[in-house]
Order: sequence, then structure tokens, then C-alpha cells
Amino acid sequence: MSEQLLKLENIYKDFGNVKVLKDINITINKGEVVALIGDNGAGKSTLIKVITGVHRPNSGRIFFKENEVQIKSVSQSRKMGIEAVYQERALCDQQELYRNIFAGREITNSFGFLKIREQRKEAERILRDYIGFTSKAITVDSQVMGLSGGEKQGVAFGRSLYFNSDLIVLDEPTMGLSIQETEKVLNFVKGLKNENKSAIFIDHNIIHVYGAADRFIILDRGEVVGEFLKDQISREELVQKMIQLHESGKIKVDI
Amino acid sequence: MSSILNSYFVKTHRLEISITIIAIVLFLIYFFGATHVFTRFPIYRAFMQSMPFFGIIAISATFVVTLGEIDLSFPSIVGITSLTFGMLLTSTDGNFFISFALATALGMFAGLINGLLVTKIGIPSIVATIGTLFFWRGLVNVISQGSGIAIVDEADGTWHHMIFVDKLFNLIPAQFIWFVVLTGLMQWVYRYHKFGNHIHFVGDNKASAQMMGIDVDRVKIIAFVQLGFFSALAGIFTMYEMLYFWPTQGSGLMLTTLAAVFVGGTSVFGGKGTVYGTFIGVLIIGSLESGIVALGLSGFYVQFINGLMITIAVTIYALIQKRKN
Repeated sequence: MSEQLLKLENIYKDFGNVKVLKDINITINKGEVVALIGDNGAGKSTLIKVITGVHRPNSGRIFFKENEVQIKSVSQSRKMGIEAVYQERALCDQQELYRNIFAGREITNSFGFLKIREQRKEAERILRDYIGFTSKAITVDSQVMGLSGGEKQGVAFGRSLYFNSDLIVLDEPTMGLSIQETEKVLNFVKGLKNENKSAIFIDHNIIHVYGAADRFIILDRGEVVGEFLKDQISREELVQKMIQLHESGKIKVDI
Repeated sequence: MSSILNSYFVKTHRLEISITIIAIVLFLIYFFGATHVFTRFPIYRAFMQSMPFFGIIAISATFVVTLGEIDLSFPSIVGITSLTFGMLLTSTDGNFFISFALATALGMFAGLINGLLVTKIGIPSIVATIGTLFFWRGLVNVISQGSGIAIVDEADGTWHHMIFVDKLFNLIPAQFIWFVVLTGLMQWVYRYHKFGNHIHFVGDNKASAQMMGIDVDRVKIIAFVQLGFFSALAGIFTMYEMLYFWPTQGSGLMLTTLAAVFVGGTSVFGGKGTVYGTFIGVLIIGSLESGIVALGLSGFYVQFINGLMITIAVTIYALIQKRKN
């Protein structure tokens, strides 16, 4: 069995009276791509926000690289090596590209003033090496507003690669993208495995998920209701399971 | 010509350039319309004397407006901190340090309350600060019982009086020099400090900023606290100039200050703005009244032309923004 990277034990999360996560137990191994699937309101987004430090669980334990951790903030989860790619939603439209790349972890001197030149230089490198932007129309000084969906996604990915994280969390990475752009994103996810990095991703499109993931975790109303390795289940069977879940509210796990 | 118009600098500084042109045109109108007044120094000295009192607050308020928030309570924060300063200065027999420290601390405390009401309780800032606007002014009235405080004996001719409002070379009021220095400093923080950067991101898109690891509540609270501090500072400047505290002090500042920020080109929607623009906005708004009277129009035109200026300026910005999208 491969090495564990992240382990969640008995995670509960409420928002007032709404129990969003109920007794979640999952493990992510090194070099593994795990897809979280489930209907709207299944708790997928909340779960990844617990992992990235946006939300704190009401109870439960989290282990990262075999140490128990309390993830209190986004910046803390980033320091540990967890990087979230929230698609274009985590970019600010009216700000320049280089400022977006370093937002929340600016390169500064000891007085907190930004090292603009360094940020721009590094941003240029990210654009060229990690994202492969060659268009002259887009520079590090461009406002994010003018970018296409795929370009924004590219910036978000470039950012996560640059900061060299162990676990990359992708929230609906293919939403709103063209077929070509989707292909790029999926290749990116597959490429992570070669670098022994792990990824968790959420996607509504089972076809996308199936191609890119090693393992599938199915959530329903805040609970894990099924878990399959790719070689245990075909794409058609997975689709069937989801339809079955949708219709009956239950899932048959016959492994 | 078209290459100049499309240059990088012009593209990224449209707001600053527009506001500068508006100000130049306005001052040309003054100059040619009232040559006898505007070729002599006193009018400029009068401007330099009076503009900093609301200018300092406008510079500071630019941060709050860039967040997409508003603070309507600063006129009353000026009131309560000035009262505190006056009471302390007279009761300590002119101890500047204690009076200054406690008055500005109270300003920051008032800002902190605004910040906490907005972030932790979740009251929209326009509503929360209407509440604190009445609250602090009410407290001023209760404590002062409607009477003013003279600080002539404690302040006139002292070193601190000179630092705040003396005339450099007998020409330039010290408060104007402070105002220019603060503008430069705040512009620097606004564009090149982590805090200024976070102000832009939070104002642009709160949810995204949070996901990028920016502590949204903390940024907002600090923004309100610094506005509280600068409101206190502006009040202290005014008191040194007048050598007197009066219970309505600060209450006339609201509209001129916010008008300067908006005329300066800072977007009420948040995420974009300019401290330099606010500075020019202060020059425009602060010169209108005297300018209009010097032009030979009656004082009744002041509000009318003020309104015209604000409307023209914000219309230009809206059009620039529309073209961009």
C-alpha cells in the first residue's frame, strides 16, 4: 500500500441546524488522484473547504503526512502544502495578473512593502513555463477581467504548481470550459501523478472524472456512501450507481 | 498622437489623467475669470490652510471606499476626539503627548467599533456608521453640554502648535506640508504595501480574497481603525488652527470629504481607486467655494456648481469603466 498523505477521521460540520458533513472518513495517498462525486448539496464543497482551511470542522481529526493537524486558515493549509484551485472564482477581476498570483502570500520586504519587480519577474516565469502563455495580448500587468475561462484556469494552475504543493484541491476545474481547454486541464491533473503529487477534485461530469481519477468517493447528503478504485468499476457502472443513488437515495455497494 | 493615447501609462492611469485634466481646466477658469485674485498668493495660502482638514480624512477614507464600504461616522469621530484633546490639553496644563496619544487612541477605538459592527456583527457599513455618527456626536453634546473649549493658553506659540500649523518661510502652512507628505505615504501604502494590496482584493471580490488566504475581516477592521486615527488627527489639526473646540466641530466635513474621494475616481463598487485622485479631488472640492465667489458669482452658485462637478466627474469614470468592459 502506498504512503498516506491526508487522512480525515470522523469529520462533522454543521451550519446552524444543517448538518453538512456527517462522520466523514477518507484517506488520500501520495501520488493519487481522488474524485469526489455527488449531487448538489452532497457536501463536496464543504469537505474540500475543511481541507483547505476555509471552514473548520465541528469535530473530527485530520492527519497530514502522518501528523495530526488543526487546519485553521487558508494560509496555514498552504504552508503545509495544500493548494486549492478554485477555478476563476479565486481570482480578482480588476487586479493585475501578477498581483493575483501572489495574493495572500506577497513577496515583501520586512516592512511589508511589496517587491514588485520580483513578483512581476516570477509571474512572468509562471506564465511562460507553467502555463505556456505566448499571446502578446496577455502580460503580467493585464487585468484578469480580459482573460478567457481557460486562461484564468491556467493562471490558477500555474499558481498551484509554482508554490510546489503536495496536495492540490480542484473545485470543478472544467466548469464552463471549451472541449479543448477541458482536455488541457485533465492532462494537467494526470501530469500531477508523475510528480508524485496528489489531487482531490470535484466535478459534475463523470466522464471527465473517470478519465483522470484513480479512485472515486461518492458523497450523498453529507455522508460517504461509496468508494471505488478505477479498476473495480467501469465508467458505465459508475454512471449507473449515480443514477441509482439519485433515484432511490441509496447505493448498493456490492464489492 | 494615437500612440501616446494607447501607451501603457495612459491605459493604466486613465482615472488619474482625467481628474488631472478636470482640475487643470477648473484652475484655468479661475485664473482667467478672476485674474486679480489668482495671480496673488493669499488665495493659495487660504487653500493650503483649509484643505488639509478634510483632505487628510479623504485620503484615509479612500481605503475604506476601495473596500466597497463607507464610513459616515468620521465627522462625529472628529468631534469626540477633538473634545477629548481639548479637555486633556487644558486639564494637563498643555501636555501634548498625553493629549495626542489618548485622542488618537480614542479615534482608533471608534474605528475599531465600526469595524467590528461591520465584520463580526454583519451590519452593512452605511447603516452601522449612521448609528455611530449619532452616537459619538450625542456623546460630545452630553459631555460638553454645548459649550466649547479654548486652548489658547495651552497651545498658542508652543512647539507643537508650530509643528502642526506654523507657516514655513512665513508662506506655506505646515498642515499643507503634512497633508502632501501623508498623501505620498498613503499612496505608497495603497499601491505597494501588502495591506493596500489586500484592500484592493477584498474590495474587488470578498469571497475570492478569502479563498486566496486573505483575512478579510482583519483587513476591513484595520481600514476602519486607520480612518478613526486620521479623523482624530484632522480634528487636532483644526484645533491648533482655531485654538478652540466647538461642539459641532467636524459635522460639516461629511459631504465635502466623500465628494473628494468620488470626484477623485475611487469606485464606490470597490476594488479600484487612487489616492492621488483623492488628493486632486480635495484640490477641486476645496477650491470651489472661494473660486466661484472670486469669479464674481454669488455664493448661491456654490452648491449648484459643486453638484455639477461631482456629476461630470463620476459620469466620466462610469464611461471609462463601461468602455473597459
